[in-house]
This record gives sequence, structure tokens and C-alpha cells, in this order.
Amino acid sequence: MRINVKTMFLLAGLLCAPYAAQAEETQWGWLGSFTRQKEVNPVNNKVYQEECGSCHFAYQPGLLPSQSWEKLLNDKALADHFGDNAELDADTLKEVRAFALENAADKSYYKRARKIAKSTEGGEAPLRITEVRYIKRKHNEIPEKMIKGNKDVKSLSYCDACHTKAKDGMYDEDAVRIPNYPDWDD
Amino acid sequence: MKKMVVLGCALGMFLSTAVFASPESGALLQKYQAAGAGKADPEKGKLDWTRVVVVDGEKMSCATCHTSDFSKDGKHHVTGKAIGPMSARVNQERYTSMKKMEKWFKRNCMDTWGRECTAQEKTDFLIFMLTQ
Ligand code: HEC
Ligand code: HEC
Ligand code: HEC
Repeated sequence: MRINVKTMFLLAGLLCAPYAAQAEETQWGWLGSFTRQKEVNPVNNKVYQEECGSCHFAYQPGLLPSQSWEKLLNDKALADHFGDNAELDADTLKEVRAFALENAADKSYYKRARKIAKSTEGGEAPLRITEVRYIKRKHNEIPEKMIKGNKDVKSLSYCDACHTKAKDGMYDEDAVRIPNYPDWDD
Repeated sequence: MKKMVVLGCALGMFLSTAVFASPESGALLQKYQAAGAGKADPEKGKLDWTRVVVVDGEKMSCATCHTSDFSKDGKHHVTGKAIGPMSARVNQERYTSMKKMEKWFKRNCMDTWGRECTAQEKTDFLIFMLTQ
């Protein structure tokens, strides 16, 4: 009888452990996605990641409003994409464009994307993220020598040079490191 | 019949050197043959690789982004993003998708030479690249 009770506990332990672990994971998963929703939606489309991540890191669609993506993502614009030929075949363009439009700043419920949407309301839709007022304002205290004059950055366009989690859509100031200027903040 | 012989020559060249070919690169070479390319000339491909052309006031060649050392990373000349090694010996993902090869031949020829490359030029490039 006693052994049976012990065995039962043991069995219960074995059986419950995976469930407990799973519950914990879900809990953390929820927490994780909660913090992420403060940022911009990460790129979770393979085609977009591949096609738009080969010449620079793949900018999250939440960094620009849909009007901007409409201007950027068509045959004519891609044939001369900031001086480069970035043409796509019709099917690929359709998918990339749909992903960008569905996750654009004005369609996103992520907090930072909302702020970008707000700061681009009215007026001409920008072609660059670096022309978005909110983004400009966040960087106006960084001296030029740390950006243009910095061989490991070159331009504000390369978010991932300084934002160590830019690829995950995280631009929090806690994850910033300007190459060659470790103490810029002091 | 003539085409078959030409193709035979191209493939003969292909097999006699250490070539890191994939079925996809073979199929692409066949497509260029069908489009009128003649015998493959890796020496011509090699010369073209470093040939400098001025496009929009900027000196460009394939080596501008890919370097001439196929075993090392290249770097996009504007964005600075690393581009994986071009040698299939070092980088096994190279030349495994016809679609990818065609897409980049088109873009890179436009950016480097200001025009699309001909089937012959692409054949020479590809043979040269596959032997690196
Ligand atoms: C062939 C290379 C290439 C490809 C492919 C490419 N881009 Fe670009 N992209 C560039 C270059 C070059 C710039 C300009 C960078 C600069 O000004 O320093 C740029 C700039 C941008 C910018 C502006 C960044 C800023 O704020 O300054 C956005 C947005 C952008 N690209 C989105 C995309 C998207 C979306 C795709 C996928 C359809 C894509 N790119 C594919 C080369 C490319
Ligand atoms: C030269 C390095 C550098 C580059 C390149 C850069 N940033 Fe930043 N960014 C910073 C620094 C440093 C801060 C923090 C500013 C502060 O603390 O006041 C910052 C702040 C931000 C913030 C606000 C963070 C917060 O917690 O409020 C956002 C959003 C942001 N950057 C987005 C971007 C995007 C998008 C790009 C690319 C288009 C980019 N950054 C490129 C250095 C950079
Ligand atoms: C402006 C920079 C740049 C220049 C100049 C350039 N390339 Fe590229 N090339 C790239 C990028 C970016 C990729 C895609 C990234 C990757 O495959 O790692 C690429 C990919 C390729 C591929 C695809 C390889 C594969 O894995 O299938 C070929 C082929 C290629 N380039 C050939 C050339 C040739 C030939 C030239 C000269 C006519 C040239 N490139 C010049 C940037 C460049």
C-alpha cells in the first residue's frame, strides 16, 4: 500500500513535471511578447527576411507607415532603390509588399511603431526611416563624428551597427552600443 | 546538333578542372547555352571580375563588393553589410539556386556595368566562379 502511494507520487511527479515546465514556458512566453509589444513587430516572414536582408539588415515594416512602403515597394522604385537595383519578380514582390503593408507602423499595435505612425501623420510619407521625425529626434544628441565619421557605422541608416538587438526589433536605449565610443553616454 | 557539341565543350571544360558545381548551376549553364552562349571561358570571366567600369561617377567592379579572394567575406560598398564568401568550396550555399543566381546576375550587372550581362558573359563568370 505504502509503496503504491510513493509510486503514485513518483509517477505524478514524472507526469506533472513536463506540464509544469510547459506552463512556465507559456508564462514567460507571454511575458516576452508583452515586453516586445513595447517595441516594433519583429520580421517573421522568411521571404521578406531573405529579400530585404541581403544588402542591409531587414528593416522592420513597423519602422515606416504603409504610405512609405507603397512608394518603396513597386517595380519602378526597386529598379533604383537608393542607387541599387533591388528588383524582385512579381510573386516575390507581392509577398514582400503584403507583409510590409500588413505590419506597417500605422497597422501595428506595437508601441514604438504607433509612435512612428503618429509622427508621420499628415505631410509627405518619408522614403527613409532616418527621415521620420520621431527617429531624428531620438538621435539628435549624437555627434556626427560618432555616426558619419565612424568607420563602423557610416550612417544613421545602419541601425544594427549601434542597436545590438535591432534584428529582433528592439531599439530600447539599454541595448545601444556605439562602436568605438563605449562611453558616449557619460 | 551544333548546340549539343558546344554544350559538350562547355561541360568538358567544366569537368576537367576542380569544379564545385551543383545541378542548379549546371542547369543555368544549359539555359545560357540555349540562349546563344558559346564555349565557356573562365579566363574571360576572371578578367571581367576585376574590370572597372564607371557607373554614375563611381568606379565599380564585381570585386568592389565581393573582393577577389573568393574564400573571404566581401562587403557591400554602400551599406557595409558583410557578404558571405563566393567560393562554393568554402560556402556551401553558393550557386545552389538558379533563381538566386539569376536575380543577382541581373542586379549586380546593372549596378556594376550599368547594363545586364549577356548569356556569354554570365557563362564565363559562372565557370570562373565555380572553379574558385
Ligand atoms: C541590392 C541591395 C539592396 C536590396 C536587395 C535592398 N536594399 Fe534597401 N537599401 C539599399 C541601399 C544601398 C540603401 C541606402 C543605404 C544608405 O543610404 O546608406 C537602402 C536603404 C533602404 C531603406 C532606407 C533606410 C534609411 O532610413 O536610410 C529602406 C527602408 C530599405 N532600404 C528597405 C528595403 C526593403 C524593404 C528591401 C526588400 C524589398 C530592400 N531594402 C532591399 C540596398 C538594398
Ligand atoms: C550611431 C549609432 C546609432 C545608429 C546607427 C542608430 N541609433 Fe538609434 N539610438 C542610438 C542611441 C545612442 C540612442 C539612445 C539615445 C538616448 O539615450 O538619448 C538611440 C535611440 C533610439 C531610439 C529610442 C530608444 C528609446 O529607448 O527611447 C529608437 C527608437 C532608435 N534609436 C531607433 C533607431 C533606428 C530605427 C535606427 C536605424 C534607422 C537607429 N536607431 C540607428 C544610436 C544609434
Ligand atoms: C554593390 C555590391 C555588389 C557588387 C558590385 C556585385 N555584387 Fe554580386 N552580390 C551582392 C550581394 C549583396 C549578393 C547577395 C548576398 C549573398 O548572396 O551573400 C550578391 C550575390 C551574387 C551572386 C549570387 C551567388 C549565389 O549564391 O547564387 C552572384 C552570381 C553574383 N553576386 C555575381 C556578381 C558579379 C558577376 C558581379 C560583377 C558583375 C557582382 N556580383 C558584383 C553584391 C554585389
